[in-house]
Amino acid sequence: MMAAIILVCSVVFLLQFFVSYCRSLIAASIKHPLSAEVQDVTGIKTAATGEDFARVVQLLQLCPDRPEDRSGIQAIGAYFGLLGFVRSSIARLVPSLLAWTETERGQCTYFAAVTLERRIAFSRDMFAQQLES
Amino acid sequence: MPGPLTYFIWFVGILCEAAVLVCALKKGAFRRYFLLNLYMGGMIVVELGRYKILSQFGQSSHEYAYFYYYSDALLTICLYFALCTLYSHVFSEMKAERYVRMGAILLLAGTAAFSAAVVLQSSAKILTHFVFELSQNLYFVGVVLTYVLWAAILKLRETRTRLIQLVLSLGIYFSLLAANYAVRNLYPQLGNTVAPIAQLVGTFLPLAWAYAFWRLPEEARLAPGRLAVIPR
Repeated sequence: MMAAIILVCSVVFLLQFFVSYCRSLIAASIKHPLSAEVQDVTGIKTAATGEDFARVVQLLQLCPDRPEDRSGIQAIGAYFGLLGFVRSSIARLVPSLLAWTETERGQCTYFAAVTLERRIAFSRDMFAQQLES
Repeated sequence: MPGPLTYFIWFVGILCEAAVLVCALKKGAFRRYFLLNLYMGGMIVVELGRYKILSQFGQSSHEYAYFYYYSDALLTICLYFALCTLYSHVFSEMKAERYVRMGAILLLAGTAAFSAAVVLQSSAKILTHFVFELSQNLYFVGVVLTYVLWAAILKLRETRTRLIQLVLSLGIYFSLLAANYAVRNLYPQLGNTVAPIAQLVGTFLPLAWAYAFWRLPEEARLAPGRLAVIPR
């Protein structure tokens, strides 16, 4: 009985922490302006949408990754999946949720694009260092 | 003996823990978050110790089981005090450090007494089961304390991005581990299935902390109410 209560409470707290954590990751990157180059590559000109997420993540996988970025993009990927689930289930019954999930999914895409930009800059730095040496 | 995947996750975990220390040192956050870094350092030592004992005595040996659960209890206590230092950071302007410290020690003693009471009722191997019970209860106390801290952060309109992310990632980690212990209590037959997942979960905290130390400067600010960045 006690273990069941602990399990339920832990899962509820986990969901709340997870959503807040992902939103804090997104909020920390949302003011970062995308360079024209990344805008061209990702096709994000004005506002990012959830539909672009898979494509931006595919582009991300083409760049050498950095361990400190890995947790962020994995967490946002899981959050994006969670939002997709909410969108296709609960949001059908609560229409106001639909707009919210769409905004959040767009912000997930923006976060992925910012990470892509950082990885491109990192790869460039590495290449420049190799040329110098 | 564990399979290659287990060893791989183990190795990645140790690398991530080392990355936290390197990131904290490089970004000048080592002393500011000393107990968090001490915990990560302790994790590396314990993981290496576990590897040595595993390769010497095997996974099903008593030596490995004892070392695993005793070291886990010590690390949990260390993480519990690390969480208390996050409380001190949040309440630093109120000069409430002494109260936080006293409260933490009282709560730890209370949890230990509760664990001992549970074990005394149902077990012959008192000390070993006490250690297991204490870890499990401390994880749940950790979840609740982190939740209270998160509520305080929102209430006090705390804006330090790095601190917020350290707290939230710790909350996720505590919740996952508390859920893991609860599942193992409810369904003991799932122990072998849950173990690799728990190991994978273990890499989340070092990755999240390395990200927070490396990517976020101490002066970065965030509005927790709307979770939007405020330009300073």
